Amino acid sequence: MADALKSITLRRLAIATVAVLVAGYALAFFAAPEDADQGFIQKIFYLHVPLATVALCGWIVAAIHAIRHLRTGDPKHDARAYVSIHISVIFGFAVLLTGAIWAKGSWGVWWEWKEPTLVSFLIVFLLYATYYPLRYAIEDRDRQARYASVFAITAGAFVPLNFLAVRLAQPLIHPRTFSSAGGLPDSMLFPFLVCLAGMALLWSTLVWFELDAKAASANLKRIRRALEATA
Amino acid sequence: MIPLLAIESADRYVGGAYLVFLLLLLVYVAIMAAKLARIQRELGSLAELAERPPPRPAEHDVGQIHEREHEIETVRQGQR
Repeated sequence: MADALKSITLRRLAIATVAVLVAGYALAFFAAPEDADQGFIQKIFYLHVPLATVALCGWIVAAIHAIRHLRTGDPKHDARAYVSIHISVIFGFAVLLTGAIWAKGSWGVWWEWKEPTLVSFLIVFLLYATYYPLRYAIEDRDRQARYASVFAITAGAFVPLNFLAVRLAQPLIHPRTFSSAGGLPDSMLFPFLVCLAGMALLWSTLVWFELDAKAASANLKRIRRALEATA
Repeated sequence: MIPLLAIESADRYVGGAYLVFLLLLLVYVAIMAAKLARIQRELGSLAELAERPPPRPAEHDVGQIHEREHEIETVRQGQR
C-alpha cells in the first residue's frame, strides 16, 4: 500500500514537473520580452541559471542528508546524499555546457578564465566529481558511507562560501540575475521563477526516481540471498 | 542584413543550449531505463527461483528412508 501510494506520488510529481517546465519555457519564449542588451541569446539564462541554482542547492541538500547520516547512522540518509550529489553533478555538467554556449554567443569565447563565477563553479563541480572515486575506493560499506558523508559535508560548506566569494569578487563580466542594482524586470522575473520552480521539481523527481530504483535493486539482492539460502 | 545574421546566430546558440540539456536528460533516462530493465530481468529470474518445486529426494535417499522406517518398525514390534 505504501509503495503504491509512493509510486502515485512520484507519478504526480513527474506530471507537475512537466507541466511547470512547459509553462515556464512557454512564458520565457513567448511572454517574456527580449533583453534590450543581449537580445535573443538571453533566453539561455532561463535554462542556465535555474540549472546552476538547483545544482548548488542540491549539493547543500546532500550535505544536510550527510549530517543526518553521521548523526543517526541510517543508510537511507547516505543513499539520499549520494543521489542528491549524483543529480546535482549532472545538472552541474549541463550548467558548464550551456554556460559555454552562452559565452561563445555573447563573448565570442567558450571559456573565460578571468571570470570568477565560471572558474569557481568549475572548481566546485570538479570537487564533486572526485566524490565517486573516493567513495568506490573504499570497500567496507560502513566506512564508505561515513567517509562519503564527511566529504559531502566538507564540500557542501564550499558552496555558500563560493557563492559569497563570487558576489564579492571584482570586476564582474558575468551578468547577475538577482542583484540590488537592477536585476531582472518583473516581466522577465516571473517566467524565470516558473522555470526555476520547474527545474527544482525536475531535480526532485529525478532524485526520487533514482532512490526508488536503488531501493528496488537492494530489495532484489536481499530476496535473492534469502531464496538461495532456503534452496 | 547584419541584424538578421545576428538573430540567426543567437537562434543557433539558444537552440544548441536547450538541445544539449535535452540530450543530457535523454542519456540519463536511457541509463535509468537500462537499469530498470535489468531489475525487471532479475525479478523474473527470482520469480522462477521462488516458483521452482522443492528438489525431490534422490533414489539412495529414498532407500535410506525405507531402511530407517523398517528399523523403527522392528523396534516397535520388539517393544510389544
